[in-house]
Amino acid sequence: MTDQAYNFAYLDEQTKRMIRRAILKGLAIPGYQVPFASREMPMPYGWGTGGVQVSAAILTPEDTFKVIDQGADDTTNAVSIRTFFERTAGVETTTTTADASVIQTRHRIPEDPLSAGQILVYQVPIPEPLRFLEPRESETRKMHSLEEYGLMHVKLYEDISRHGHIATAYAYPVKVEGRYVMDPSPIPKFDNPKLDGMEAIQLFGAGREQRIYALPPYTHVVSLDFEDHPFEASKADHPCGMCGAEDSYLDEVIMDDAGGRMFVCSDTDYCEARQAAGHRGKDAA
Amino acid sequence: MYVAVKGGERAIANAHAWLAEERRGNTDVAELSITQIREQLSLAVNRVMAEGSLYDPDLAALAIKQARGDLIEAIFLIRAYRTTLPRFGASEPVDTGAMACDRRISATFKDLPGGQVLGPTFDYTHRLLDFKLAADGGQPEAPTREAEPGDVPHVTEFLNREGLIEEAPHDDTPPPDLTREPLEMPADRALRLQALSRADEGFTLGLAYSTQRGYARNHAFVGELRIGTVPVEMDIPELGFAVEIGDVSLTECETVNQFKGSKTEPPQFTRGYGLVFGQSERKAISMALVDRALRWEELGEDNVGAPAQDAEFVLYHADNIQATGFLEHIKLPHYVDFQSELELVRKLRREASAAQVQEAAE
Repeated sequence: MTDQAYNFAYLDEQTKRMIRRAILKGLAIPGYQVPFASREMPMPYGWGTGGVQVSAAILTPEDTFKVIDQGADDTTNAVSIRTFFERTAGVETTTTTADASVIQTRHRIPEDPLSAGQILVYQVPIPEPLRFLEPRESETRKMHSLEEYGLMHVKLYEDISRHGHIATAYAYPVKVEGRYVMDPSPIPKFDNPKLDGMEAIQLFGAGREQRIYALPPYTHVVSLDFEDHPFEASKADHPCGMCGAEDSYLDEVIMDDAGGRMFVCSDTDYCEARQAAGHRGKDAA
Repeated sequence: MYVAVKGGERAIANAHAWLAEERRGNTDVAELSITQIREQLSLAVNRVMAEGSLYDPDLAALAIKQARGDLIEAIFLIRAYRTTLPRFGASEPVDTGAMACDRRISATFKDLPGGQVLGPTFDYTHRLLDFKLAADGGQPEAPTREAEPGDVPHVTEFLNREGLIEEAPHDDTPPPDLTREPLEMPADRALRLQALSRADEGFTLGLAYSTQRGYARNHAFVGELRIGTVPVEMDIPELGFAVEIGDVSLTECETVNQFKGSKTEPPQFTRGYGLVFGQSERKAISMALVDRALRWEELGEDNVGAPAQDAEFVLYHADNIQATGFLEHIKLPHYVDFQSELELVRKLRREASAAQVQEAAE
């Protein structure tokens, strides 16, 4: 049931228009962080207010909406955001990736490839890939406009000289269409290759930091690396204990206090669909 | 056996039900009313209005009740409500010179036109627990007298006549609005003041205190502190003139600060300014000190690298709703990121121990 006390999808139309303008600008300049006048939302900053505002601005009554957090539809915050839009927009919701026209996500890209016509909305905590190298916003904006990314390469190089690897496992920086260095939000680097050439529109919303950025379909996205240390997408070296998938990102679950553990797909929809199709892992009942 | 975690929805609903029960507390005890909170916890109400940026004592009292007395949570409720309200227009600037003062003190002059009025202050109370209040507060009565007629002029105006204090020229530029536009640097003074006015009281106090202890010391005198009500007027386009639509209570603090002069300015006193909804004088004084510290650049002072001089640092971290949201979000699941870190640390450790074995063999 739609909550009549608020406008469709909570935000007023003026605000939605302001956000849509920022989205369009973001799509026109892939990877560029567009400042926008983020609103206070009825959920806390840091809990997906950027993604929620982007979703609110793009949802139409005909949309089918899916929310995942850590790849799962049933984690508490995903449930909370899904309920919010059920209440304020009355849109259809689903847990099936292929059935959704808008998918809001925190920290994952679904395993099933997305297709043209779908929109993936990311919740972004810190949109600035250079933030932990330079805390000042006025400086990092300058660095982006001058395409001055040397500092980032030095950081990655220092990782290699110290550890033999680039020691970034999630929120691994990418370069968009050879121009902007972009933070893909804290997805594991396993998901980075999916950003490249995706058929769906990818929108990134950072509420507290007041930034929106975007990747239009088929955008060329490259994870930063060096010729002699090429980027490598990594995951736990196991098959899923429930569905046996070898190609999906896995969560580690502690089973007992004697070191017993198992690995399961973080993408719950992917795992359930495989199990329904008869696939079984070694830990499945 | 692993069972995928289901039932998030039911868990959330149950948690909310439990929260509501805890909020109410023991039902043998009478329920707190909004009017009781508004009347008897008015300084909490004032803080919620100030940092929530919404002047409505009843809504603030409701928010405090709903938030079980957690003021930052109450401020959050007010902010989330405020952002949904339509905006009809902007009021005329309020004239604090025409304030009906409940309290007005100056630390720089012993006596002055308009007088020193202590008002309802904790200042000279002895902080001894009053056990009478534990039983029955009774109905305390204060003596009254007629208010002095006429406006109460600002102290800084006296100094200004002698040219001893920097000019604060009238400026009709519409101020930026950080609730409608993204906060961008560099921020001019109007924008900084707007952000400080709704900044977290504790954060502002800490920063102000740091300037007193030497991190960008600017030696502030409280030129004047005044608390009272001012009428709010709004221009009604259909009428063609401004009409009074109500009044708000405000705390205003003007500090007079030392200034040795710079390349461009002669030695003179400078100003710091604080203006906050309600009776919130700790916040207003803190705001004035931080405002003054942030003005180092326009006054041609040195940046000594103090936190209170750094506009980006101050403005990006002063909002308690942003801060608390981001801080508390680390309670949310981070399995995916943590898993990728686990893999990385395991890999690095494997390699490190392999290298050690290799070294030992050699």
